[in-house]
Amino acid sequence: MLVDSPPEQRAETAPAPPTRRAIRVLGLFASVALLVLVALASIAIGAKSLPLGDVWHGLFHDSGTYADVVVGDRISRTVLGLLAGAALGLSGAVLQALTRNPLADPGLLGINAGASAAVVTAITYFGVTSLSGYVWFAFAGAAVVGALVWFLGGSRGATPVRLALAGTAISAALYGYLQAVMIMDDAALSKMRFWTVGSLASATGSTITQVAPFFAVGTVVALLLARPLNAVAMGDDTARALGANLNRTRALAMLSATVLCGAATAACGPIVFVGLMVPHVVRSFTGPDLRWILPYATILSPVLLLGADVLGRLIARPAELQVGIVTAIIGGPVFIHLVRRRRTAQL
Amino acid sequence: MKAQRISAARVPALRTRAVRTGGLSLRLDLRAFTVVVLLLVCALAASVVLIGTGDFPIPAGDVLKTLFGGGDAGQEFIVNELRLPRVLVGLLVGASLGLGGALFQSISRNPLGSPDVLGLSQGSTAGALVMIVLFSGSATAVTLGALVGGLVTGIAIYLLAWKQGVHGYRLVLVGIGVSAVVTAVNGYLLTKADLVDAARAVVWMTGSLNGRDWTQVWPLLALCAVLLPLVLANARGLRMMEMGDDVSYALGVRVERVRLLLMVAAVLLTAAATAAAGPVGFVALTAPQLARRLTRSPGPNLVPSLCMGATLLVTADWVSQRAFGADQLPVGVVTGVLGGVYLLWLLVTERKAGRI
Repeated sequence: MLVDSPPEQRAETAPAPPTRRAIRVLGLFASVALLVLVALASIAIGAKSLPLGDVWHGLFHDSGTYADVVVGDRISRTVLGLLAGAALGLSGAVLQALTRNPLADPGLLGINAGASAAVVTAITYFGVTSLSGYVWFAFAGAAVVGALVWFLGGSRGATPVRLALAGTAISAALYGYLQAVMIMDDAALSKMRFWTVGSLASATGSTITQVAPFFAVGTVVALLLARPLNAVAMGDDTARALGANLNRTRALAMLSATVLCGAATAACGPIVFVGLMVPHVVRSFTGPDLRWILPYATILSPVLLLGADVLGRLIARPAELQVGIVTAIIGGPVFIHLVRRRRTAQL
Repeated sequence: MKAQRISAARVPALRTRAVRTGGLSLRLDLRAFTVVVLLLVCALAASVVLIGTGDFPIPAGDVLKTLFGGGDAGQEFIVNELRLPRVLVGLLVGASLGLGGALFQSISRNPLGSPDVLGLSQGSTAGALVMIVLFSGSATAVTLGALVGGLVTGIAIYLLAWKQGVHGYRLVLVGIGVSAVVTAVNGYLLTKADLVDAARAVVWMTGSLNGRDWTQVWPLLALCAVLLPLVLANARGLRMMEMGDDVSYALGVRVERVRLLLMVAAVLLTAAATAAAGPVGFVALTAPQLARRLTRSPGPNLVPSLCMGATLLVTADWVSQRAFGADQLPVGVVTGVLGGVYLLWLLVTERKAGRI
């Protein structure tokens, strides 16, 4: 955010001319079209090749044939990808605005690791096996670590480097704990090693109905926060002078980011870098106005997540590469590129 | 650090003595010297106790007698063939990690710039996992894989962080990025493994001293013997560099050359230690910080960190054996848990002092 602060002030003082707004609205529709395309690709492409006719049949005239069942599985997987992708991208955008930190990301800040550690604890020590049981643990873990990173990173005096270091340090400590649990308990290991990489493969209809309310609440709160967060992004004093309620905005933003990120982690395991990359891409063509960034991030993040998922299915056919691995391998170089850009590295 | 420098400058006469013998003279920091001697005594005492610990407990007196060649045949076998190599590997790994961590923290000028955070350990893990999962390799192959993985990751981080020189924060942040990518690769390899290989991999990934023998001791000892003089010869330059690149240039230090040399040494030390015992967490992070607090002396504190690392690792191994029973939980779990708590405390205090 700091990198882009001059254009941001311009956007606040002078509203965008109608033509630019028209282009952005058109862009939003184009993004939705792109999302539909990727979603269709995600339904059509997989380990079992299906002719398009069968896919069509499964989509609109489901009669329980083998192909229809495959298509049904892929639909629930795609829907989960849509929801989780939107949640991760949105929470990333909110966290970047809230911390005024271009490197903020739920994975980098250790929120994912907190949710993971809580879920592992739930599985191993409390015998929780169902998603509806451990989603609460994921939330608790995400919330505790989110608060801890915020505090250790220097709360109001937080700088990007401090927050990134605090997040990494806590992730490293929690990672050690995860390993200890996995060594002592082979059964936990056999479950956890698949969960901890982040995958959409286990999606079912009931998974989706269980986490959907959380996604809905988090998304609505986050989108409503666009305007106050715009003010917060200008610095505490200016925001206060503009009449923003700083503490309420911060609390709600942290809450929505935690709910979104915790639900996504509970449903598909920790997926890093989606929340980091997409807001940056979006900001490069919308400018720093969150009223545009948030909707764009909501639509384009699932494009990335589903795209990575389809890619993972294509690369390793007939097996598949978990989506968390694909996003980390794409996202790592992007992160390093951001760090190497002179201004970001000096923040 | 600033505060420590000032306090050191205030009482120079009490803290240092010049030792002159013939043509040589050496400035000796008395407090640091005492700390080093005490840590060495602690490390050796802990080693003797550790040798005596296990399914067949041996009293410390008998251990000492056996080490100097006076024990009975049974004790001699247990001490010299089974437990001594394990303890020696522990001492050497701890020393290498302590020294490597001190070098990295000084180069990146950041208390969190340790090999665990920069992704070197993850790189070694990736090398070892490739050997375990893809080739079901022998212990030697795993060691070699870990060594190569660590070196490749170190080179990659240095090259990616290079932009008209290596800047401290950029090094740390690039390391964090690399470590995230490598962690994903590790996760993938772990899902590819069957459960037996996966369990073996997880034990390796935690860092363990179980079943180490003389074949692991010699290469590590040789490497330390070569690298330690090299590092100490360049320690002066490193101390200058903590004042900033420009000042060190002005004082005649060839900054990038010294930095590259010391980073290579640190990467080699860390990779070798990781290859021998697995990525034992947090020793490289905590040892230099504890050493600095004990010596209360500015600068990289290389030798105290080295001694502190050795003491920490041997003590942690003893704790893990006493607390969980012989060979139940590897030493990495103990260092991980203790280190995690210490790390949080460090973050809070360093933040209050405005140093991070």
